[in-house]
Amino acid sequence: MSTFLGMPSAPPRGTGNLRGTEPFPAAARDELGNTQLRRNVGKATRTIRDKRLAVTGELPDWEQLRSAGAAIKRDVLARLPELLEQFEQAVTARGGTVHWARDAAEANAIVTRLVRATGSDEVLKVKSMATQEIGLNEHLASSGIHAVETDLAELIVQLGDDRPSHILVPAIHRNRAEIREIFLRTMPDVDPELDDDPRHLAEAARRFLRERFMRAEVAISGANFGIAETGTTSVVESEGNGRMCLTMPRTLITVMGLEKLLPSFADLEVFLQLLPRSSTGERMNPYTSMWTGVTDGDGPQEFHLVLLDNGRTAALADQVGREALHCIRCSACLNVCPVYERTGGHAYGSTYPGPIGAVLSPQLAGMHTGPDDPNAALPYASSLCGACFDACPVKIDIPSLLVELRHQHVEQAGVSAESAAMKAASAVMSSAPRFSTAQRAARLGRLLGRGGRIRALPPPASGWTDARDLPVPPKRTFRQWWDSDEARADLDRARREGKGFEA
Amino acid sequence: MNARETVLGRVRDALAIAPPPQVDIPREYRRGREMPAGERLEVLVDRLQDYRAQVHRTTGEDTAATVAAALDGIARVGIPPGLDRSWLAGYSGEVVVDSPDVPAPRLDELGAVLTGSAVTCAETGTVFLDGSPDQGRRALTLVPDVHVCVVDLSTVVAGVPEAVARLDPVRPTTLISGPSATSDIELDRVEGVHGPRTLHVVLRTDR
Repeated sequence: MSTFLGMPSAPPRGTGNLRGTEPFPAAARDELGNTQLRRNVGKATRTIRDKRLAVTGELPDWEQLRSAGAAIKRDVLARLPELLEQFEQAVTARGGTVHWARDAAEANAIVTRLVRATGSDEVLKVKSMATQEIGLNEHLASSGIHAVETDLAELIVQLGDDRPSHILVPAIHRNRAEIREIFLRTMPDVDPELDDDPRHLAEAARRFLRERFMRAEVAISGANFGIAETGTTSVVESEGNGRMCLTMPRTLITVMGLEKLLPSFADLEVFLQLLPRSSTGERMNPYTSMWTGVTDGDGPQEFHLVLLDNGRTAALADQVGREALHCIRCSACLNVCPVYERTGGHAYGSTYPGPIGAVLSPQLAGMHTGPDDPNAALPYASSLCGACFDACPVKIDIPSLLVELRHQHVEQAGVSAESAAMKAASAVMSSAPRFSTAQRAARLGRLLGRGGRIRALPPPASGWTDARDLPVPPKRTFRQWWDSDEARADLDRARREGKGFEA
Repeated sequence: MNARETVLGRVRDALAIAPPPQVDIPREYRRGREMPAGERLEVLVDRLQDYRAQVHRTTGEDTAATVAAALDGIARVGIPPGLDRSWLAGYSGEVVVDSPDVPAPRLDELGAVLTGSAVTCAETGTVFLDGSPDQGRRALTLVPDVHVCVVDLSTVVAGVPEAVARLDPVRPTTLISGPSATSDIELDRVEGVHGPRTLHVVLRTDR
């Protein structure tokens, strides 16, 4: 038991790349117009969905693993203070140095200072959501340090001067022909005969990075797991670029969100089953590295671990929303989401796209910075179909979290045009004469429609049609039909024949 | 207040604002499983082949011949200092014994690396290396383009929990499931990016 002194104050929200520049509906409209992107994302998500179902289906205890994973994550959050201190102690005891970062700016400053101290102006990077969240590459560049992304998809994004669009496969929006074009344009010494065979494209990336790996002085990674009990850190990957970065340089800097902890080493037995099967749809990813501090004669001799808050404690203070911190970044929810499949990741604006991003971004960075906070639109970027909940390996109830965020948004927004409209609708619908009058008036709506659809209503109802088309009102309402001679004749006939009828 | 105290204070505040429930962890998934040797072998071979690793079933006695066949055509092989040298009795190329002083670019001149292994998980086809003297430092099994790895059937366990239970958390550990691969281009799996593009598993069924 810890003693608590004074009134607890709500922790501040995070900063960095957790908010887009425009709300989801506007951003999605642009993305939906890009047929190449829709084709690429559609094909990729279909492929991964089938693979995931095959490998999760073959484990008879998949549901028990999910339940254990969810409970372990809940336990981590419940015991976070003691586990963080235990983790720090274990890493330090094994020769590592632990740094704490309150927000993105502080984490960037710590990493920049550590890189400067090595005298190097180039760092290699392992794919990491946390460093993308804090905008580390841009910060390093402004300090004259060049960060080279070594994951193939991140490299494609970096060379194409592009933004990632998927947690696991950041270049999911690019097809092989586009990737070939980027490589030909940006890689020095690339074979001009390079074709778009994925094997040849991978070979080109291997050549491009090989020499850099051999002379690397500093690398920066994220962490999939940090084990409180032992101080062990782990990175799960496929290509071997992670192993290169974690093994070859003299100095390794790992940036880890403080929710990434697991209590004990044995808990890996759950997560090493949940993560690969959910993310790449493989029984196991090709490579997983685990290291504990510094090992004499093997790998980096200097190890820094940066523990990142950046809004995680703000999410933790939300009894319902804290469940988003269970996320292990597998991206299964993206691949099953009918919204993500059509819009791709860019429309979400934040580092974290898809269903989990729609929950995590408002949780970490807030959604009430102003009347037009783009994050406030994210909880509505969902049909609440529930596919994400079923796919989540740690059973995050994303639909319920979205509804809770919608509730918080409405509460915060106060008397809006929409809530005024709902009140008015309630008054109209509770009185038959008023309702008839309103329905007659609604027929005027036919004037606004084209092809059976209304695409834009005037304010205040424009809030509804910003994100949706509305069917035009019918020529006559059910009540008008019910009152007609035609309906009476139909009903009489049906009654005589003793059966239902088709109107 | 420094960052550490601030962040820990925020965590405590958050939990005071929204007190968490006591959590019991249901561990009803399969643990401590036993699997007959024949089944472990069949499952492992199936998984390894699925990853497009080269599998060589052999015996203790035939180790040297099998290793020599896997290393056919390779001029220079690196080995960790604690490797059983008898495994190389049939190999005629140059053997380089690794040590922490060997600079990384020298490892790039090796045609292959030959090591033992710590434990292997049949169900996922995963070989665990833990830096023991017969496995060497991590760079050795990473830089060369071909990795020949000797796995004894007695060290093959059924599933992930059984394998994790055999690890020493303090040792730098690498889990290898097939050759280096990427699915980053249209989610098609392609073998061979930065790690060894060819993985030979020499599976000794009587050891």
